[in-house]
Amino acid sequence: MNTGTKDHAGLADIFNEDEARVDWHDETLWFVRAKRDKAAHTLPEWEALRENASKIKDNVLSNLHDYLLQFEAKAQQNGITVHWAADAEEHNQIVHSILKAQGVSRIVKSKSMLTEECHLNEHLQKSGIEVIDTDLGERIVQLAEEPPSHIVLPCIHKKKEEIGELFHEHLGTPKGESDPQFLTAAARVHLREKFLTRKAAITGVNFAIAETGEFVVCTNEGNADMGAHLADVHIACMGIEKIIPKRKHLSVFLRLLARSATGQPITTYSSHFNKPRAGQEMHLILVDNGRTRQLGRADFRNSLKCIRCGACMNTCPVYRRSGGHSYHTAIAGPIGSILAPNLDMKEYADLPFASTLCGSCTNVCPVKINIHEQLYKWRQVIVKEGYADTKKALAMKAMDFTLSSPFLYKTAGKAGRWVIKNAPFMVNNKLNAWYKQRDMPEPPKQSFSEWYKKNNNE
Amino acid sequence: MNSRAEILSRIKENQPELTSLPAELTAPLQYADPVAMFSTVLGNIGGTTVPVSSYEEIQDHIKTHFADQKRIVSTLPELSQVTEAGWEGQDPHSYEDIDIAVIRAHFGVAENAALWVTEELMQQRVIPFICQQLAVVVQRKDIYSNMHEAYGQVADSVYGFGTFIAGPSKTADIEQSLVLGAHGPKNMTVFIMDLN
Repeated sequence: MNTGTKDHAGLADIFNEDEARVDWHDETLWFVRAKRDKAAHTLPEWEALRENASKIKDNVLSNLHDYLLQFEAKAQQNGITVHWAADAEEHNQIVHSILKAQGVSRIVKSKSMLTEECHLNEHLQKSGIEVIDTDLGERIVQLAEEPPSHIVLPCIHKKKEEIGELFHEHLGTPKGESDPQFLTAAARVHLREKFLTRKAAITGVNFAIAETGEFVVCTNEGNADMGAHLADVHIACMGIEKIIPKRKHLSVFLRLLARSATGQPITTYSSHFNKPRAGQEMHLILVDNGRTRQLGRADFRNSLKCIRCGACMNTCPVYRRSGGHSYHTAIAGPIGSILAPNLDMKEYADLPFASTLCGSCTNVCPVKINIHEQLYKWRQVIVKEGYADTKKALAMKAMDFTLSSPFLYKTAGKAGRWVIKNAPFMVNNKLNAWYKQRDMPEPPKQSFSEWYKKNNNE
Repeated sequence: MNSRAEILSRIKENQPELTSLPAELTAPLQYADPVAMFSTVLGNIGGTTVPVSSYEEIQDHIKTHFADQKRIVSTLPELSQVTEAGWEGQDPHSYEDIDIAVIRAHFGVAENAALWVTEELMQQRVIPFICQQLAVVVQRKDIYSNMHEAYGQVADSVYGFGTFIAGPSKTADIEQSLVLGAHGPKNMTVFIMDLN
């Protein structure tokens, strides 16, 4: 996403200009988080399930080479054509070449964060291929010419009145109509025509089973199925880390996925594609795009266990108040902030700092990724590699200098308390980043160590 | 080196030491009355259960509740009196105007009201998705408590396509307002059949 030169803090500033909207965004996502809690609490074995899922994913990462070979062989036996793409560019070229060979210039696509990561739509559109996103939320942001702001709820940042306006402009709904029921019905008619007339469909992949060569796609809307079962060509795109060893492991992941994502007991459709239907071509693209590099980083490889439920975003106090677009990457929020620096450490150097390190993300993650610890570790890597923001690096050096000396620490504390009390204008101004959206606290009369000395007759 | 070889070699180099798969979950949640739980959960996600004890009852239900629907198809020969004849084997696009499809499920799952349906029960893969309303027949004895039992039933069976369906197609993409009937069926009826 091209955001000019603005970093997370700068983009969050723009989002924060409309305080009422920030509150609404915050509350909406917290509502989803609360639904997740309710769903999780219906299962006494919830924590055991998380542990189990985490261990299965550990095993996957430790045996990925063999699982991929097993999956490829089985999928080929089943009649699926398997492709390998080293990076986004190669992935996009493979998709393009399949479509070109079929003479297809208009396609439907269901939700796939991988294709967002690879910027597939832009690539195909440049080559004259029209892509219609069929997930309602994705279609809305596509009409608005924006990227999704959330991996599960792509247009969670949009008000229904704005969506009504978009539909009025593009789908011809009456001006001022913003009822979700009405707008969804209009989108249904609009997209049905696309499903019925497009010859090729692209879907993502939630899970791919090494044992059987099948892949599973989960949706609530049924858009992946409508696309795939009507098209002559089905192209499924997946990151290499989406493999799980056995079919029966789906029981663990399907119990966790929707409950963690939206608080539903399961998505409406969990479709298992094993073979193309008679007369259909089915392609599957296995994409690396930096994943093998992340696999080699011991501190960060756990991020590859992610099943893309979005729970870490819904719970994150920073995400809820800064919006998905402030992360300027396909996958926003805490998980995105540990995936993105692997893709480009310089461009995404700001993201591991877009966190309070409160650990809520780690606590809700269904596969127990230590997200907040990885954010902390990325900060160290980024500062060490020289990619940190200069102001931040300077402030950290000053902190290091002050905290290393008991005398300086005491003096600085005293000076700080004096300034807040006697010269508040020196900190309550625009130059102090901590003053933005905050009031500085009342200064305490004495420091803890001064209080301790006095009260213990030391 | 081509991309496949390159990716595989990088994985081999970078993957951590082999860890073993965990033991299966012990004693996942069991419901005293899985059928009652199934009905409650289906109700919560926008579907309806209808208990029946014969195919005549299903036919009667279709006649009384779906009398105004033009195109009703079924994969169940037992329902041929109230459903269209000779609809099978056409171009999948031609099913766009199906009002109601009645199909069978292998089994249902109480914890999430999901029904397991494979290709041979659909006639064509698109049927349960393209119809305006979906009805599914499942045997009462085939309702299991949880997904672990469900995959125990699926086991290593062979299918070209299979899917768990839980309720009607839905979306909440506009301000988290739940709307039934996103692209697929707008509602779902599950006939729970007790032949005894």
